[in-house]
Amino acid sequence: MIRVIARRIGWGLTVLWVVATLTFLLLRVVPGGPFDTEKQLPPEILAIIEAKYHLDEPAWRQYLRYLGGLATGDLGPSYKYLGRDVADILWETFPVSLALGLVALVLAVVVGLVFGILAGERPGTGIDRGGMVVATAGVALPNFVLGALLVLLASHRWHLLPPALWEGPRSLVLPALTLGLGPAAYIARLTRSSLLDVAHHDYLRTAHAKGLTRAMVLFKHQLPNALMPVVTVLGPLAAALVTGSFVVEYLFAIPGMGRFFITAVTNRDYPLIMGATLLYAALLVIANLVVDLAYAWLDPRVRVE
Amino acid sequence: MSAGSSADLTFDLRVRRVSALSVFNVAVLGAVVLVAFLAPLVAPYPYDAQDTDALYAAPSSAHWMGTDRLGRDLLSRLVYGTRTSLLVGLASAVVALILGTAYGAVSGYVGGAVDRVLMRGLDVLYALPDLLLIILLSVLVGRGVPGMIVAISLVGWMTVARLVRGEMLRWRERPFVEAVRASGAGHARILFLHLLPQTVGPLIVTLTFRIPAGILAESTLSFVGLGIAAPQTSWGSLAGEGWSALKFYPHVILFPGLAIFLTMLAFNLLGDQLRDALDPTTESRGSS
Repeated sequence: MIRVIARRIGWGLTVLWVVATLTFLLLRVVPGGPFDTEKQLPPEILAIIEAKYHLDEPAWRQYLRYLGGLATGDLGPSYKYLGRDVADILWETFPVSLALGLVALVLAVVVGLVFGILAGERPGTGIDRGGMVVATAGVALPNFVLGALLVLLASHRWHLLPPALWEGPRSLVLPALTLGLGPAAYIARLTRSSLLDVAHHDYLRTAHAKGLTRAMVLFKHQLPNALMPVVTVLGPLAAALVTGSFVVEYLFAIPGMGRFFITAVTNRDYPLIMGATLLYAALLVIANLVVDLAYAWLDPRVRVE
Repeated sequence: MSAGSSADLTFDLRVRRVSALSVFNVAVLGAVVLVAFLAPLVAPYPYDAQDTDALYAAPSSAHWMGTDRLGRDLLSRLVYGTRTSLLVGLASAVVALILGTAYGAVSGYVGGAVDRVLMRGLDVLYALPDLLLIILLSVLVGRGVPGMIVAISLVGWMTVARLVRGEMLRWRERPFVEAVRASGAGHARILFLHLLPQTVGPLIVTLTFRIPAGILAESTLSFVGLGIAAPQTSWGSLAGEGWSALKFYPHVILFPGLAIFLTMLAFNLLGDQLRDALDPTTESRGSS
């Protein structure tokens, strides 16, 4: 088990190194530099700026400098937020995104599982049909449309919740719903179909036959097997929450990493783009690792391999 | 299902439900395609014509969907936006299909070390969320319709590559392929005439998932201002403009939002149906 974990961590570090190299290359071949302005800067000033950010060095020196910085947690200075390091900006904005993402994740898993189990446990009933119609619509609804709908109703019409900004738990509700409801719908559909897939197995008939209650059969026998596909999508789900978060942070003017990522792209603030990309990649690598471990814990067969 | 009559009944209900859904799919997707092709005929006004007496006008008989902040007719803009969104979705799906099929076919057919290297490379790219990669690529290739198509297809090919590789591995060692090889056929002949045709079914299903994924990616990017830029428009940029006017003029976001939602829904349902129809094991997956 420990060897498996060590190998996975090694692979994760390889992924991060490749991502760092690719983003470095990508942003170096981009036409136009970060200091292109409407007005042409005098060459002397441009030279000073380039020297300050080591842009006058050959590419391989810049690359090595960047990797060296990475190893010590130094992501370099931001091009646009003068005097601030990328690491500082990420350090400040990341907790905001993390809080939003975690609340949305919990919401998605809890709502998705509850409705998925209710529907899958009694297929064909009203709650199954109604729930699945809502879930199918929910999967198809883009989060920016859902966000607009929620803000329009809950903030502008009924004045229940703030439409934007990041001030206290009340302002977390709408962003978390916007981010979490789509994945919740997806999990509900998946849980339902997964429960139905295992429903006809012989071991369930045996469990029923030996007189176990319906709840016992469901929670001890049917659900653990049905949950495997659900656990598998938690990795991709983390990716969905990450990418969803920059849209949602943009929508609700939340000072998180995602909003800074979007501004960094518009500003061509390359070090900030690279830093944010790496942090996103690291998060996903960790999320996938956790999913793999959970998988091994749930399914003894995986451990043997 | 034990009793024959009740099984017949369920079957009947399922067939009917499927056909009702199919009517919805065909209606929505047919309307989208027609509107996109016939944009100049359908749109009541040019997409950039301004009516300065009617800024942010509510829907009326003159402007069925109202007007935007410059007094442009929203119905006309939605019609032309449909053209952009569908073009980006279709083109990026087709390019992704071609790239992915080539990569996956080489990887799966050649096998061995080549396969391992190619698949490892794919695993690395998989570590990043699609939308993040698309944004990074769009920094490189620029915005606008061609940039969006390139960026989205350069991300979308990966799922196709995995799928095609899997199909190659599945069919490569079958007796009929061996027979063809024994009769002296070259690699190109085996690949193009015997192996790739096996992937057509799954590829069609993939296409019905890649097109809406492309439309959604473009819409999302345009919505946050990283995609299609003015004066061109798409569903996403229209929704983005509607977002900034949400409080006082909610009609601006209503129709583009609805268009995206209905299209996504129709594609999702169509994809599910196609997959179920082409995959005979769907019903019995649990018991086998």
